[in-house]
Amino acid sequence: MAILLVAEHDNATLSDQTNKALTAASQIGGDVDVLVAGKGAQAVADAAAKLAGVRKVLVADADELAERLAEPTAALIVSLAGGYDAIVAPATTTGKNVLPRVAALLDVMQISEITEVVSADTFKRPIYAGNAIQTVQSSDAKKVITVRTASFSAAGEGGSASIETVAAAANPGVSTFVENKLSESDRPELTSAKIIISGGRALGSSEKFEEVIVPIADKLGAAIGASRAAVDAGYAPNDWQVGQTGKVVAPELYIAVGISGAIQHLAGMKDSKVIVAINKDEEAPIFQVADYGLVGDLFTILPELEKAV
Amino acid sequence: MKVLVPVKRVVDYNVKIRVKSDGSGVELANVKMSMNPFDEIAVEEAIRLKEAGKVEEIVVVSIGPAQAAETIRTALAMGADRGILVKVDDVVEPLTVAKLLKGVVEAEGPQLVILGKQAIDDDANQTGQMLSALLGWSQGTFASKVELSDGSAQVTREVDGGLQVVDIKLPAIVTTDLRLNQPRYASLPNIMKAKKKPLDEKSAADYGVDVAPRLKVLKTEEPGGRKAGVKVKDVAELVSSLKSAGVI
Ligand SMILES: Cc1cc2nc3c(=O)[nH]c(=O)nc-3n(C[C@H](O)[C@H](O)[C@H](O)COP(=O)(O)OP(=O)(O)OC[C@H]3O[C@@H](n4cnc5c(N)ncnc54)[C@H](O)[C@@H]3O)c2cc1C
Ligand SMILES: Nc1ncnc2c1ncn2[C@@H]1O[C@H](COP(=O)(O)O)[C@@H](O)[C@H]1O
Repeated sequence: MAILLVAEHDNATLSDQTNKALTAASQIGGDVDVLVAGKGAQAVADAAAKLAGVRKVLVADADELAERLAEPTAALIVSLAGGYDAIVAPATTTGKNVLPRVAALLDVMQISEITEVVSADTFKRPIYAGNAIQTVQSSDAKKVITVRTASFSAAGEGGSASIETVAAAANPGVSTFVENKLSESDRPELTSAKIIISGGRALGSSEKFEEVIVPIADKLGAAIGASRAAVDAGYAPNDWQVGQTGKVVAPELYIAVGISGAIQHLAGMKDSKVIVAINKDEEAPIFQVADYGLVGDLFTILPELEKAV
Repeated sequence: MKVLVPVKRVVDYNVKIRVKSDGSGVELANVKMSMNPFDEIAVEEAIRLKEAGKVEEIVVVSIGPAQAAETIRTALAMGADRGILVKVDDVVEPLTVAKLLKGVVEAEGPQLVILGKQAIDDDANQTGQMLSALLGWSQGTFASKVELSDGSAQVTREVDGGLQVVDIKLPAIVTTDLRLNQPRYASLPNIMKAKKKPLDEKSAADYGVDVAPRLKVLKTEEPGGRKAGVKVKDVAELVSSLKSAGVI
């Protein structure tokens, strides 16, 4: 059995979501090769080669792979698929964009966002915003799988895999990259942060978000998240959204501030180790999942908290 | 130009889901059903393109049981022109949906298909990408902005690090994210008018698609629960609790 794991990276650094998906791939069993599709991503390949349990690293270098556009990236993976029994990627926006395309081209029903490997063909995955967990068995000869990385620990280093170059597939040429508008931040990423503080609609404006959430995040070295309501209202950027249709996180500590706790939000954070909720409504559903609840006005509590930590 | 919008009938997002005690699935009897919220956004986007004079006709299609006709009627009441129900009584997987939609696309010849990024029941996030692959088209997924011009579309995508802008050639697939637009409600007169709009019924056999699932659901269970903890009285108690828990 051989597995192709598609690396998540930005051409410069390997994302630790790859390490987590590697853990899932190793549990499926067999040799794991890591594919680095990109442009000038040698450093990423070097980092992937050091991961424990990797057989070899395949590097494809092409202009159209620089931003991992779906059409050429899927074509590349399909060109390599013959040698593999399973194709695995972390369920990042890139993985979600590319892998279903690969699955359809291989006539395979993808298994999305697995949270547990039961056996080589059987997996657990959440449905209905995590309100039910399905165990599914695939009858496809090849498996195409995305991994919910919050459910797996990161594979460590200690490997010394060989690195090989593979040719990019013919570019379908139907799409072009225009630009990235990425949030610049020195803070940890949501998906790898140990502490996350998230703000909801109650923050009321992006200025207030900045004024009361950011100082605590800085002090705790925390990543910042948000509810959909806060993102929709423009208080926070879209990539901060935690939830069913945003990011799924499982930090050591999750602090929900002025967030009611709709199921769609809980879907993204209820596997956090310790949950704190700060809300002025003592009936807010968020308190049903919180280890520590503090009832009160966030605008008085947060400045106090900032001083106390 | 013609736009196709696939809409799925799902359990309403406000319903508290209950898992059947025998592990065979989720309780669907007497549960409120609605159009998948991302598909409402897709219908709205198509209507705005029509209002802007860039689109002539909006065809909505749903694959599902007879009741999925209600979901189509909702889209017609919002402002779509015509509906197609591909009647399938069993659960259909995204790969099957994509194959059926390919058949509909070949029959209808749209230049653009707008789907939701994700159905909130299966949370699969696959169908649009699969349809795009099967047709050999371009894809602009998780869209928060779509600008149509001659022969191409510029799509702003919500990605993990922020936003990404791509230019995709038509014909193309777009899947919607939450920030694309705010869907309208259908007015009562429009709901009445929608009853007279054409709605065709087809079967999977009409498109020569085998609907047998590839995934066998062995079990459906409740997620591991989480109990409510304690209420702390003030910030000092919170901080000392977090310190003793070793998380700060
Ligand atoms: C298809 C779909 C997908 C969705 N995906 C997501 C998702 O991924 N993530 C997500 O978060 N949501 C998602 N939602 C939205 C979700 O249903 C809720 O609407 C949203 O989470 C509510 O955000 P909120 O808790 O910030 O706002 P509200 O529900 O309005 O809650 C605000 C809370 O702040 C409290 N409050 C007000 N003032 C103060 C104060 N001064 N001090 C302390 N507390 C205060 C209130 O008591 C209240 O509990 C989705 C919805 C749909 C339909
Ligand atoms: N049975 C269906 N009928 C019509 N459209 C569907 C159906 N299933 C999925 N779709 C479309 O595909 C999108 C993504 O669904 P999924 O891949 O299941 O998460 C939905 O938002 C719909 O636009």
